[in-house]
Amino acid sequence: MTEFPRPEPGTWPPMNSPAYGSTRKRHALHPPITIPHTLSETSAPRFSPSAYPAYADMSVHEGVAAMGERIIVGGRVLDEDGRPVRGAMLEIWQANAAGRYHHVRDQHDAPLDPHFAGSARVFSDDEGRWQVTTIKPGAYPWGNHAKAWRPVHIHFGLHGQGFAQRMITQMYFPGDPLLPLDPVFMATPDAAARERLIAKFDLDYAVENWALGYRFDIVLRGRNATPMEDHK
Amino acid sequence: MTTTASQTAGPYWHIIDYPEWADLRRGENAAVAGTSITLTGQITDGDGAPCGDAMVEIWQAGPDGAYEAGFHGFGRCASDDQGRFCFTTLKPGPVPGPGNSLQAPHITLAVFARGLMNHVTTRAYFAAEPLNEADPILALVPEGRRPTMLARETAPGVWTLDIRLQGADETVFLDI
Repeated sequence: MTEFPRPEPGTWPPMNSPAYGSTRKRHALHPPITIPHTLSETSAPRFSPSAYPAYADMSVHEGVAAMGERIIVGGRVLDEDGRPVRGAMLEIWQANAAGRYHHVRDQHDAPLDPHFAGSARVFSDDEGRWQVTTIKPGAYPWGNHAKAWRPVHIHFGLHGQGFAQRMITQMYFPGDPLLPLDPVFMATPDAAARERLIAKFDLDYAVENWALGYRFDIVLRGRNATPMEDHK
Repeated sequence: MTTTASQTAGPYWHIIDYPEWADLRRGENAAVAGTSITLTGQITDGDGAPCGDAMVEIWQAGPDGAYEAGFHGFGRCASDDQGRFCFTTLKPGPVPGPGNSLQAPHITLAVFARGLMNHVTTRAYFAAEPLNEADPILALVPEGRRPTMLARETAPGVWTLDIRLQGADETVFLDI
């Protein structure tokens, strides 16, 4: 049996984050109504790789290598007790090395790469581990304020074992000078919670003469409500 | 351990859009018996402007009221330029609730978009369904705001639930 506690105060960004202009007319004025978790929240879609095929390599498209710095990004999906979440589906999307999305509405004057589509889908294994090969994305301007550029980031969407665990987040890169200037990243009040959105440079994921590596562990809501017997 | 912070899906999530996911009768679901329905609606912001870049996900039981027992109850749909989404699915059955209660047939909706730091969650119930009167979740919602969670049958088999993110007649969102 799993329970899904609400996030600790300050560890998630508030819906009303005025520095991020798009929140102004889109955040609800009424507080949400807290409900007990029923089957509708504790059950979740089952995404079998047969119906939702995995594709883990964004660095090659139609047989041709994409432009940019090839990297490996991997990590684990865990619950709040540190237990692996197995079989979680991760959907991943990002801009290309020049900071442009393969998307009709992205009009940033940076080149598209015909060999970079920018999406992946993978499933966590029995240890909660997952991994993709990609191209390090570029920063891009977004018009939120003067000289506003999004820090380099990769989007992640996850489904866990209950619909209450559904989450979308963004992974950032260490040492990015844009991070303290970004209203999306900075909206999370708790500094440690922000830090956990930044991947760790990790040579364990690197492959000799091929690609450097980054580790990004993702913790979904949820803890085991009936823990195993305490270790004496 | 502390949960990873939610971040906005942003305006370019369509890179993971698969329009066929808006039809829940696809694949193995095609063999499941039930009442075909359309669930549609318009998403607007605090100015009444349509949200044309939203991602709507639904999660529901099958016609027998069970989750993932023969009916795969997940769908996703992009809102169009008018902020409209449209799913084709089978009407869910009543679902067991807390204790010995029974939940009226409902579809959970999650809306993701630029400007939403976390997705917002609500439910679509079916107007005029007698079980709504005893539904344990609807009972938690102030009576005057319940209509924002009641889809109306606007044409035979077509159920409409508009989602207002902010302001007058703001949709009731659930902290799940």
